[in-house]
Amino acid sequence: MTDTSQQGPAQPHEEAALALAARGLNKSFSGVHVLHDVDFSLRPGTIHTVVGENGAGKSTLIKSLTGVYQTETGCIELAGSEVRFNHPSQAQDAGISTVYQEVNLVPLLSVARNIFLGREPRGRLGLIDVRALNRKAAEVVQDLGIDVDVTAELGALGLGVQQMIALARAVTTEARVVIMDEPTSSLERREVEVLFSVARRLRDQGVGIVFISHRLDELWELCDEVTILRDGRVVHTGPMHELDRRSLISAMLGRDITEHGVTSFTDTDVSETTAEVVLEAKDLSAPGRLQSVDVSVRAGEIVGLAGLLGSGRSETVKAIYGGLDTSSGQITVKGGPVRRGSVPAALRAGIALLSEDRKAEGIVPELSVRDNIILGILPRVSNAGVLSNRRIDELVDRWIHRLGIKVSSSRQLISELSGGNQQKVLIARWLCTEPSVFLLDEPTRGIDVGAKQEVQALIDELAEKGMAVVLISSETEELVAGSDSILVLRDGEVSEILTDDQVDNSRLLSALVDGGQR
Amino acid sequence: MKASPTTASVPVKRSMSVRAWIANYGVYVALALLVVINAIITPHFLTVANLRLQLIQTAPVLIVALGMAMVIGTKGIDLSVGSVMALSAAIMPLYIGYGTVPAILVGIAAGGLSGLMIGALVSYFGIQPIVATLAVLIGGRGLANVIGGEIKNLSDPGLAVLGSGSLLGIPYSVLSAVILVLVAAFLMRRTTFGVMVEAIGGNKKAAELAGIRIKSVLVSVYVLSGLLAAFAGVLVAARSSASDPRTLGLLMELSAIAAVVIGGTSLAGGKVRILGTVGGALLMQLIVSTLVSHNIPDSVSQMVQAIVIVVAVALQVGRRKA
Repeated sequence: MTDTSQQGPAQPHEEAALALAARGLNKSFSGVHVLHDVDFSLRPGTIHTVVGENGAGKSTLIKSLTGVYQTETGCIELAGSEVRFNHPSQAQDAGISTVYQEVNLVPLLSVARNIFLGREPRGRLGLIDVRALNRKAAEVVQDLGIDVDVTAELGALGLGVQQMIALARAVTTEARVVIMDEPTSSLERREVEVLFSVARRLRDQGVGIVFISHRLDELWELCDEVTILRDGRVVHTGPMHELDRRSLISAMLGRDITEHGVTSFTDTDVSETTAEVVLEAKDLSAPGRLQSVDVSVRAGEIVGLAGLLGSGRSETVKAIYGGLDTSSGQITVKGGPVRRGSVPAALRAGIALLSEDRKAEGIVPELSVRDNIILGILPRVSNAGVLSNRRIDELVDRWIHRLGIKVSSSRQLISELSGGNQQKVLIARWLCTEPSVFLLDEPTRGIDVGAKQEVQALIDELAEKGMAVVLISSETEELVAGSDSILVLRDGEVSEILTDDQVDNSRLLSALVDGGQR
Repeated sequence: MKASPTTASVPVKRSMSVRAWIANYGVYVALALLVVINAIITPHFLTVANLRLQLIQTAPVLIVALGMAMVIGTKGIDLSVGSVMALSAAIMPLYIGYGTVPAILVGIAAGGLSGLMIGALVSYFGIQPIVATLAVLIGGRGLANVIGGEIKNLSDPGLAVLGSGSLLGIPYSVLSAVILVLVAAFLMRRTTFGVMVEAIGGNKKAAELAGIRIKSVLVSVYVLSGLLAAFAGVLVAARSSASDPRTLGLLMELSAIAAVVIGGTSLAGGKVRILGTVGGALLMQLIVSTLVSHNIPDSVSQMVQAIVIVVAVALQVGRRKA
């Protein structure tokens, strides 16, 4: 797996061996199929982007290519020879270098030490030859056009520079494949440009680069080729310049209209404009994330929040729930003001939030299903701080039965359940609080089809009973089928509002594509 | 280990669950074993006087360990407990003129105050628990020295009763430890406070989004730990009828952490095991006394304790991987 040192100028259209090729990759997690027969080809001397919405399989594909995951079927070829990685370090040794958003270097060591970590030039007695180390490192960074003092401590430098040092390290390891996973998401524009110029130099040296970013505009600036994933399948692959923004997003999100009826939402358009406004959020702003967002939901209404990754969907519901620091805004529930920035105040006012990240922000793994359900209503199931087992069991059993949560007993640990059942436990946690406003952030992500349909039907039912629902989903079809109206967000602002019969897939897609560009 | 490839996965799985079982209940088995061994090899082990002595010596560590277990349950640690013991024992004699009970209460209040300060540093100023409590570990003993000076004899009759008196044959210190164990177990298992402590240790972000007031729970936990440590300090001073701020409670933080960890509470937080902590404290005490009664030097018993701690933690690591 080592001796194909085909460095030199890029010759993209030659019949050279692919830098990296994957064929027929399949991967599933606890019954959910996340990669379906995925093929991926990276030619040397090109920058190739992989795009797709949340849950499309992007990160699973990358992790399969770099040895973090092992796929069930399929093969991976590196420079023409088949490889099998059981561990990320094997992929690294074979010449696949990964640059993550979170830099995985050693912050307390110098730039030079980081670049040559583990491969330091040695002097006599086997000691590190610091002078040679610094000299070589200086050459490398100069070569790449990075302006930095190689003896400086890495952690003291900006994140952008750190990313570039990670790239420089990739260069010196003579990587033939460099994977850049969301490297720009926390960088400023100026830093992004330098990073891009470094990436282009690498490409011109014949390295194949996989570039991932949710800032779509960057793709045309940097990338030569594109592969689009949707629902774990490759829906398009080809040169970048052949696609415009609209067709890219359509391919990413869109589904054929003929596929209608896949969701379990019923088509009862409420749109009773007479129902009382339950949730009213005005002028929500958070520096750099939200700008003056207004959301208003009537009783029995489902308002969808649409937008690409990073558009401010999750931030909006978090701001309403008090889980995100806001600089301005008024929130009222049924006319009563709710203090901003306080989760307990939001809960008391009858707002509940099902968070997008089930593992990091939802479940408490060491606690039982029972304790996880009552976490939001502790005062209500206790007398002077002493838990009332009778009330708890009654409530917990009712919800386990009502939502069809599959458990051996309510005292089973939540971490032992499948994703779908964990999600139901969390929904039960919030429904116990008897909310009048339910904010659902990606309620069906990462759960199996059966559970998905049950959750969708439940959301419908809750709205029918008069709850005000805000629904976030990356699946346009789920949003269209579920929502009575849709707010389209872009760069933290509401760019378009779709109501009544405007709520259809093609309208939503064009709103996502054109929104804010008028 | 000679299993054929096809059946290899089965024994591996079973050994994991055995491991988990040992991590959960091993402390009780070890304790029972040690009692049996002692009954056979140590003369006068099964006498009332000896068992009584063992329990009296365990009581302070156990009381401190109860608070420690709660702190560790929130993913924190409390290194201040030994110095807090010294502090309360140093303050108490100053108020003994007002009577035994007021003096004890002032001593205990000092511990609560120290816990309040640590809790505020941890939850409102975001200082890591290990740093905040290390500061009190160092500064607290300094303060105790300033207040208490050198060894003070405590010849208060009330304290003497607390130190060596007993009710229905049970020493007061043991009785109070038993009551505190029951209270702590009740607090952890049957109250909202227990659920909140474990939720914070298990997933702080989720607990916050569920509306739990993280800061006040954390402050309460450190206050409880401070109160318990201060009470343990009072007990030790009462038993020895003396307060020596330089040595009282020295290294107690380590014994308490050891008892908690050996009892199966994970340092990663999220679970508090009160009964296990009792087992851990008793086990450590019994190991030391066994070795001492067979004239094995103290240095050896320290090494044995170290091995027990490492084994307990290693078992926990195995449990998390499984």
